[in-house]
Amino acid sequence: MTPRLMEVRKNVLKQNDVLARGLRDEFRAKNVAVVSLVSSPGSGKTAFLEKTLTLLQPRYRVAALVGDLATENDAARLARSRAPVKQIVTGTVCHLDAMMVRAALDNWLPAPLDFLFIENVGNLVCPSSFDLGEDLRLVLLSVTEGEDKPLKYPTIFNTADIAVITKMDLAEAVEFDAELCHRNIQSVRPGMRILPVSSKTGAGMDVWLDLLTDLREHKLHAADAR
Amino acid sequence: MHELSIALSIVELANEEAAQRGVHVNAVHLRIGRLSGVAKDALLSSYDLAAAGTPLEGSRLMIEEIPITAWCSKCDAERTVDASEWFTCPECRSPVSQILAGRELEVFALEVDE
Repeated sequence: MTPRLMEVRKNVLKQNDVLARGLRDEFRAKNVAVVSLVSSPGSGKTAFLEKTLTLLQPRYRVAALVGDLATENDAARLARSRAPVKQIVTGTVCHLDAMMVRAALDNWLPAPLDFLFIENVGNLVCPSSFDLGEDLRLVLLSVTEGEDKPLKYPTIFNTADIAVITKMDLAEAVEFDAELCHRNIQSVRPGMRILPVSSKTGAGMDVWLDLLTDLREHKLHAADAR
Repeated sequence: MHELSIALSIVELANEEAAQRGVHVNAVHLRIGRLSGVAKDALLSSYDLAAAGTPLEGSRLMIEEIPITAWCSKCDAERTVDASEWFTCPECRSPVSQILAGRELEVFALEVDE
């Protein structure tokens, strides 16, 4: 028998992309602005998200999904903001994918919502491959991690829309070189918007909230235009 | 290490295609870009595990790595860039504006018995 090559040419993550597209359509139909967060473990995603949920709640209906390999600790922390929160325990899986988001939203999505946040598993490598149907992907980097992190993990920075620099209240203590960090981010993702914040003091959170408000307005505008 | 879940997706896709065409697969030819975020060696070692117990058991995974090409707007030309420095034009050293190839993760072909 002679071997023969049959051309297929299909994207391996096609199933994820199809599911993500479905999620995006659904979020659009329901006018929910969706923001995902990725970073290494310990960058302050949960603290940043807790602060964001708390600050948004007087004006908006918000909810969050949070992914971790084990424990429901983050969901418990985020629940202090009084927003509806659901933990996705991934077991050994190092990232969230569209199917996990889909499964978590079924029988849960508290409607109606203005904002849904999806906190990915702490990992700067794997989440970059998986579209979750979000409108905006944030990559977080804390001042204690080293200014060259964007150069070490360029793929995740390149697939994100905004870089959030967290723990700015510690910047002086760790001699954080903001200019170098910004330059490194720009070199892997030219033109990327950078937001320095401190979840502890609240510094920079006003700029972030304005940005979220704009995202929401933009989404409603697009819905009106349809 | 998300290579196992990628390997499972590859096996699922290849099994589907093989069933549709009614063929027995000896090898799956895969193309991965250097920016796909997938490591070749880890994927190869996950493949046998993912294929076990399916019609693909015993088949091989053949991986072709696709280099990163980018558009340099300063040179006005397509450039092949290095994986460790994929955001810089190797000729003029200015930042490249657009990645043209290197993110692929596709089952390119099935090697089947005639």
